[in-house]
Amino acid sequence: MGMTHIVDRRLNGKNKSAVNRERFLRRYRHHIKKAVSEAVHRRSITDVERGESISIPSRDIDEPVFHHGQGGRREMVHPGNHEWVAGDTIEKPEGGGGRGSGQGQASPDGEGMDEFAFQITQEEFLDFLFDDLELPNLARKKLKDTEAFNYVRAGFTNQGIPAKLDVVRSLRGAHARRLGLGGARKRKIRELERQLADLRSAADDADPVFSKADQIQALEEEIARLKANVKRIPFIDDIDLRYRQHVKEPRPATSAVMFCLMDVSGSMTQVHKDIAKRFFILLYLFLKKNYKKIEVVFIRHHTSAKEVDEEEFFYSRETGGTIVSSALRLMHQIIEARYSPAEWNIYAAQASDGDNWNDDSPICSQLLANQLLPLVQYYAYVEITPNDHQMLWYQYEEVQEHFPEAFAMQQIADPGDIYPVFRQLFERKAA
Amino acid sequence: MSRNADHPNAPERDPIEPLESGRARKPISTTSEWTFELIRQYDEEIAKCAAEFGLDTYPNQVEVISAEQMMDAYSSVGMPVGYHHWSFGKQFLQTSKGYERGQMGLAYEIVINSNPCIAYLMEENTLPMQALVIAHASYGHNSFFKGNYLFRTWTDASAIIDYLVFARNYVAECEERYGVTEVEEILDSCHALMNYGVDRYKRPAPISATEEARRQKEREEYQQRRINDLWRTIPTPEGDEDPVKRTHRYPSEPQENLLYFIEKNAPLLETWQRELVRIVRKLGQYFYPQRQTQVMNEGWATFWHYTLLHRMYEKGLVTDGFMLEFLQSHTAVVYQPPFDSPWYSGINPYTLGFSIFTDLRRICETPTEEDREWFPDIAGQNWLETVHFAMRNFKDESFIQQFLSPKVMRDLKLFAIENDELDDHYTVTAIHDDPGYRTLREKLARQYNLSYREPNIQVWNVDVRGDRSLTLRHITVDRVPLGPETEEVLRHAHRLWGFDVHLESLDEGAVMETYHCP
Repeated sequence: MGMTHIVDRRLNGKNKSAVNRERFLRRYRHHIKKAVSEAVHRRSITDVERGESISIPSRDIDEPVFHHGQGGRREMVHPGNHEWVAGDTIEKPEGGGGRGSGQGQASPDGEGMDEFAFQITQEEFLDFLFDDLELPNLARKKLKDTEAFNYVRAGFTNQGIPAKLDVVRSLRGAHARRLGLGGARKRKIRELERQLADLRSAADDADPVFSKADQIQALEEEIARLKANVKRIPFIDDIDLRYRQHVKEPRPATSAVMFCLMDVSGSMTQVHKDIAKRFFILLYLFLKKNYKKIEVVFIRHHTSAKEVDEEEFFYSRETGGTIVSSALRLMHQIIEARYSPAEWNIYAAQASDGDNWNDDSPICSQLLANQLLPLVQYYAYVEITPNDHQMLWYQYEEVQEHFPEAFAMQQIADPGDIYPVFRQLFERKAA
Repeated sequence: MSRNADHPNAPERDPIEPLESGRARKPISTTSEWTFELIRQYDEEIAKCAAEFGLDTYPNQVEVISAEQMMDAYSSVGMPVGYHHWSFGKQFLQTSKGYERGQMGLAYEIVINSNPCIAYLMEENTLPMQALVIAHASYGHNSFFKGNYLFRTWTDASAIIDYLVFARNYVAECEERYGVTEVEEILDSCHALMNYGVDRYKRPAPISATEEARRQKEREEYQQRRINDLWRTIPTPEGDEDPVKRTHRYPSEPQENLLYFIEKNAPLLETWQRELVRIVRKLGQYFYPQRQTQVMNEGWATFWHYTLLHRMYEKGLVTDGFMLEFLQSHTAVVYQPPFDSPWYSGINPYTLGFSIFTDLRRICETPTEEDREWFPDIAGQNWLETVHFAMRNFKDESFIQQFLSPKVMRDLKLFAIENDELDDHYTVTAIHDDPGYRTLREKLARQYNLSYREPNIQVWNVDVRGDRSLTLRHITVDRVPLGPETEEVLRHAHRLWGFDVHLESLDEGAVMETYHCP
């Protein structure tokens, strides 16, 4: 009999299945993409920190092999007979088939056999969502930006390289340990030394059994033993060592700010807003994937504009007319105050039903062309309406002609249009 | 630990060295936390016990792995090295989902039929579990792999790992050259026919990686020549009219190894595609013994973990607490839910195999009148020799036919039930009583016959002179038809063959149904 070889494999790679898993996802990417785009409809704009559960009809992923079908004559042996004797007959349940054959595999989980369900990670979720999408102008910016990190202090750890050893912390730890291990003994030594001094100064009471000299000797031995003990406590030990820890943090250049502009005047119904919301979610998710840090600014407007939080942005009700330029002006102010284009990649998405005070529309195109577009990476305008365009659309068309790289506009008629429109807007431009 | 000293040792009746009674117990450990040192000590003691019982094994390699790694091992169907394929990814997703939701525990171990015999232990197991798993896998399964005639015939434990490495590299190379999708399609089709990649009655050449790599080059050239020869025959009009030639079939005898036939004869396959067919065929061959010895293999391993750990207890090497935990796991493993239980999913191979081996020992050691009548050759004989003989020379079907005793049938309360689609009722055809034992045993044995479990499909004819179509034949048993996936499988066969594929389903010589692709 040979020797047994015992191996610790736990530190070996655990992702042996990663390639096979990826092959599976690749093969069923159409199913997964569909499930992912459905999930986007349900999610809140900030809810991008998790993966998604995907279901695929089992028959689509079956690996067929030759099997016996139903029918013919089958005989099976089973355990656990209670009352039957040979020759007994049992009625078949209505609807034929029944179990009987015992060959059927019970579903291993609670789910029906019709669905194959599994989890994809957040990373995969986003990958599928943004598959072959890319923001214009991004590649250039990305080359400069993405891998730029600063190292930032992040406390201490007990593992590290000598260069990062923190001497003060380490010695402080060693001191504490020495106190912890030796304190009690040192107290005891002091106590014994006091006794010894007392004893020496006291008169000899001539105890016949335990003479003063004997007592002194016993005390001295005990003190010597304790001192040796204390001496054995190492001055510094491996566990005392502390190293400075650093973590990578992206530089501000990899930050982006996303402006969501939306018309909330009376003509915008909740249906319009929901459609707009989904569009913003997509943009948010997309930027989230491309930038380490991202901030969102919500600007709503009717005749005047206001910066609000997400909840108010999507769900509070307003009435009244529409002056789009108020939102553009506010956006410009906010950029000047808080988001220097040198440090921030600025994106904006504007949603509207196309309604605007007619005299205001030329002002909007002026504002865009002269003030905003020079500052932003990309500005997308979606018009949510099944109706004919109005003045604003035609003004924006002129802007698009002058800034085809930085400005895009599309019309969305119903929720089904969002995803295709989004893709169209941010389609990878052939380099 | 005084409670150990109070505990009397179980009565000794082995041919094994008896132990002095009242000997002080010196357990290897008293905690349930394992360490590598403890695993080594347990293994050493288990090995000594195994040697007492004459278990002959390959050298062992015990690998401790994490739960994630166990899921990886699961999804590559127990191959330590596998080529890449989406179906393993699917398996992985399925396993990890079940595990994360707590719906499914992972197996305590996976053991590879290789030399050295690799057993994976999960780090989460307690110490008694690790000991159980070592006894079960590294000594039970291991000695089965080394001793059973099917494994000796069909697999080469010392070559399998190398072969898997060869296969993985070859597949990766093909992917690079011809594209992932191209390779995937061929593998998909081969997998569909994987169970039809074995000649049941011919002994195969053992597989070896170096040999394989060397011969693979030769094959490349030779094969193409051979294929060309086969198809060179230019059809002549007169020849086609000749009735004698027309009735000449190719192959002249039906072939049950579909993958081999395709590998050697498919007209349009590229050489690398043929090699892929061969790889899947070889893997099918590697798994072939496992498919036919599940009851025996698990029964044997369970019998030995039970016997070996009891021996450890007798020697005072393990504590009562250890035994309690071990017995709890053991009981769960051999639990057989009755047919009317919601947990019932067929006969538990662990239960059946364990019961038969345990009963064999009983028949040898304390035979009853019934045993002497049923098993005159083994009643009262040396039990150790008997169980080893049974392990070496049988597969599930013949093992059950030979050794399933009336007592086991009674204990499990077995009964046979007939389901004929022509009847409106089921019929109980035999139960665990005197008139029923023999029939019951026969029926249960047949249930483990591969050709009863899987449709019997063979290559019948190739229209060499005509449209090159391939005709397969299915011989039905008891009028049981083919399942709904048949068309789908034929599509895969068609992809490999390259020309029309037909399948005829025959019942008592008459064609009952035909399938075609396209």
